[in-house]
Amino acid sequence: MTNTIADVETSDVILVTGSNTTENHPVLSSFIKRATLKGKKLYLIDPRRVTLADHADKWLRPLPGTDIAWINGLMHVIIKENLHDKNFIETRTENFNALKKTVEKYSPDYVETITGIKKEDLIEVARQFANAPAASILYCMGITQHICGTDNVKSLANLSMLGGHLGKPGGGVNPLRGQNNVQGACDMGGLPNVFTAYQPVNNNDIRSNLEQFWKVKDLSPTPGLVATEMFNKAHDGDLKAMFIIGENPMISDPDLNHAKKALSNLDFLVVQDIFETETTQMADVVLPSFCFAEKNGTFTNSERRVQRVRKAVEAPGEARRDWEIICGIATRMGYEMNYENSHEIFKEITEITPSYKGITWERIDKIGIHWPCPSETHQGTPILHTTQFTRGKGLFHAIEHTPPAEQTDEKYPYILTTGRVLYHYHTGTMTMKTEGLNQLSPECFVEISDKDLEKLGLDDNTMVNVFSRRGKITAKLKVSTKAVEGTVFIPFHFAKAAANKLTNGQLDPTAKIPEFKVCAINIEPASA
Amino acid sequence: MEKNIITINENLLAFEPGETILSIAQRNKIDIPTLCHLKNTIPTNTCKICLVEIKGKPELVESCKTEACIGMVVFSESPKVVKARKKNIGRMLASGNHNCAIRDFDTDDWTSFQLKVLEDDGKEDLCPVWGDCELQDLAYRYQVKTKGMPLGECQYEKEQANPFIIRDFSRCILCGRCVKACCEIQVNNAIQFGYKDKDLKIIAKDDVTLKDSDCVFCGECLQVCPVGALIPDKAFRDDRFKDTHTVRTTCSFCGVGCQMDLFIQDNQIVKIDGADIDLPPNNASLCVKGRFGFDFVHSKERLTRPLIKKDGKQVEASWDEALELVAQKFTAIKEESRPDALGVLTSARITNEDNYLAQKFTRAVLKTNNIDHCARL
Ligand code: SF4
Ligand code: SF4
Ligand code: SF4
Repeated sequence: MTNTIADVETSDVILVTGSNTTENHPVLSSFIKRATLKGKKLYLIDPRRVTLADHADKWLRPLPGTDIAWINGLMHVIIKENLHDKNFIETRTENFNALKKTVEKYSPDYVETITGIKKEDLIEVARQFANAPAASILYCMGITQHICGTDNVKSLANLSMLGGHLGKPGGGVNPLRGQNNVQGACDMGGLPNVFTAYQPVNNNDIRSNLEQFWKVKDLSPTPGLVATEMFNKAHDGDLKAMFIIGENPMISDPDLNHAKKALSNLDFLVVQDIFETETTQMADVVLPSFCFAEKNGTFTNSERRVQRVRKAVEAPGEARRDWEIICGIATRMGYEMNYENSHEIFKEITEITPSYKGITWERIDKIGIHWPCPSETHQGTPILHTTQFTRGKGLFHAIEHTPPAEQTDEKYPYILTTGRVLYHYHTGTMTMKTEGLNQLSPECFVEISDKDLEKLGLDDNTMVNVFSRRGKITAKLKVSTKAVEGTVFIPFHFAKAAANKLTNGQLDPTAKIPEFKVCAINIEPASA
Repeated sequence: MEKNIITINENLLAFEPGETILSIAQRNKIDIPTLCHLKNTIPTNTCKICLVEIKGKPELVESCKTEACIGMVVFSESPKVVKARKKNIGRMLASGNHNCAIRDFDTDDWTSFQLKVLEDDGKEDLCPVWGDCELQDLAYRYQVKTKGMPLGECQYEKEQANPFIIRDFSRCILCGRCVKACCEIQVNNAIQFGYKDKDLKIIAKDDVTLKDSDCVFCGECLQVCPVGALIPDKAFRDDRFKDTHTVRTTCSFCGVGCQMDLFIQDNQIVKIDGADIDLPPNNASLCVKGRFGFDFVHSKERLTRPLIKKDGKQVEASWDEALELVAQKFTAIKEESRPDALGVLTSARITNEDNYLAQKFTRAVLKTNNIDHCARL
């Protein structure tokens, strides 16, 4: 997030898109809902009528996979009505003319034909957004999990810059992170193209610096494979071994049948986790590790706040700390890795991670600090880009709408979008151990509109088979006001009816994120 | 111009225009008790415990809703205040099933009182939040005895049909804090005051169980209830006098990163509360997963020993054996194929320290950049 969580409550206009915030980031959603109690405007733009719609001034419903079109539409209206922040554009950005030219054809009428959003609604949101002293954009995986995910994100940045809403309190472009430490995993260089703090692996100076620091030679200058590419390479036999730590791709990956083939094709698979999962079952070696309550360390939340994790209980049996296990393997491979404790590792991190340099465990003992924090006297950075962007000037990207990779047809007439429910987390290995949570959300379901239910001629709660071009699952129909005709929703948590047997592994070319949010399916009663 | 200063119990204190007496007192660590006020919400003004005396005014006023003005002189523990407070505490104790033995206590020190209760414990159905109840604390602090008074009858049955939360209306003092928490803090709008006068009750929807209402089991109401009317369905109940300590940590589910206090007894998490009201990012709020989803930590299904696949079956192995095998295989593939034939998936769930080492290992030891995590998924 460019801004903080608390900051959201101070926005004048909040635009939420592709985020079922009340279920996926419940406590953050309270900040949004409280803002509406204070009379702030809230617009929800989402294919599902999720709970936040009850609190919103308006809910706009785009067809899944048409985000660039409506974002361009908003910008079209803002520019046409001369509501853009000329001063901000002049002093802080470049390439405005290219953007202007591209969005010219995205008139409200044209946008309505692509997205289904009524033109009056589009105009209202555009005006409110542009006229607000501070407007915040919040988004989640409903924006990123598309073949055009990267372009979607750039488009939202365009919109924010156009309104001059970046770098100030109550504004910003704020991606909400799904898992607790996504931010930290990225900051720490858990990505194929960068070391810690996003320092590129193909930069010679940075590499030679690290070679000295780590006392090694020949760090690879070539960016590596992203997760989904690893599966493809494993499938083709180019990748021979994998080490999977604390993840269960056998439920969370797109096109599970493909993922399963890929993993079984490996010569050697090591999985490190706290529970047996669909993925550990396939492993040659399984290594038991600690959970959060047994560890000392840090997590970095969505607002870039580095916070302490503290050991509260002893771990079971012979389980070991994740870092300890890694040290054990490294040392046996001839590279001595030895640390007294995780605090010592954190100190090493701050030495080579500019954005974490000024953070110490002592400083964050009571309250976390937002990176970048370049020195021990620096207070941290709650709001990014207040005076300039990372690259200097903010660059407008002129982007055209691209339709989703998979379209509905006669055989697969419904659009499927996947996501989460309030009561479970990711692949459920943790939450499904709590009886009360299972009671509240016992099984997979196919959320469907009453109109589609009628069209199918089926009753609520009927067991159905759901087919896509890649697979089939069986689950109960559940009629809901959240669903819109033509689109169904299935949560991906449940191994028994894993929604990702259906989803499309097609990737966004830049971010390499699979298109979880749109695929074509058909529904039939299970008995037939 | 006169300064914005008031006097509370002979302390001169500065205030912001519009600030209430209670808020000034709280900021300055002067303890004015209240059972209904909830920070960051509009005062409900139902408990009449926060009454204070203002010099020159015949009537006592509620400090939660009275704004300070220049030169005001406030007494928060004057004889008049104490008398009124005792009366109101007594009224509340008598209003419901507050059989927490405070009614009859006759000893002068807390420890021997606790011992006496321990002795009685088990003989009668003692209140489950005994020792963790704000009303009980106040009764003790102001030495309010209700010996001989009959326990208030309650027409509403205890609600035990929900996961996580038990509602015991017989102990509800109708302070309204839960409604504030639900509607003004979490804004889930699941509960409200229902019926009138002597029938007054906190209801969900049109008086159904929480599980059949819009309740999302965030447990904010549970956390703020001052008495034993909202209680967790487990935790503490049988072991409330056991040695307990808390550990402050960060939630391990979503990216909000809520700060929470884990209550630990005998190496077990028995309860989780949101951390301090003034502490970002969550200001003491939590959601259902963070507050109640901790059973996995102590699950019998946790992996406790390394496993190695032998003849197609995973069997237990020693750490030495497992690590040795991993190191050998990785080395062999790295040397025989090439480093890029190896791939590592680190995790968005483990700590920064763990992640840092995972990528250091991948790059410095395996010599490949094939490292990613499942954040995109
Ligand atoms: S349930 Fe608790 S918080 Fe709610 S009104 Fe009753 S006593 Fe107050
Ligand atoms: S648990 Fe949360 S949603 Fe349910 S009544 Fe209490 S505060 Fe409201
Ligand atoms: S308590 Fe809920 S909202 Fe807070 S971090 Fe945990 S999962 Fe997220």
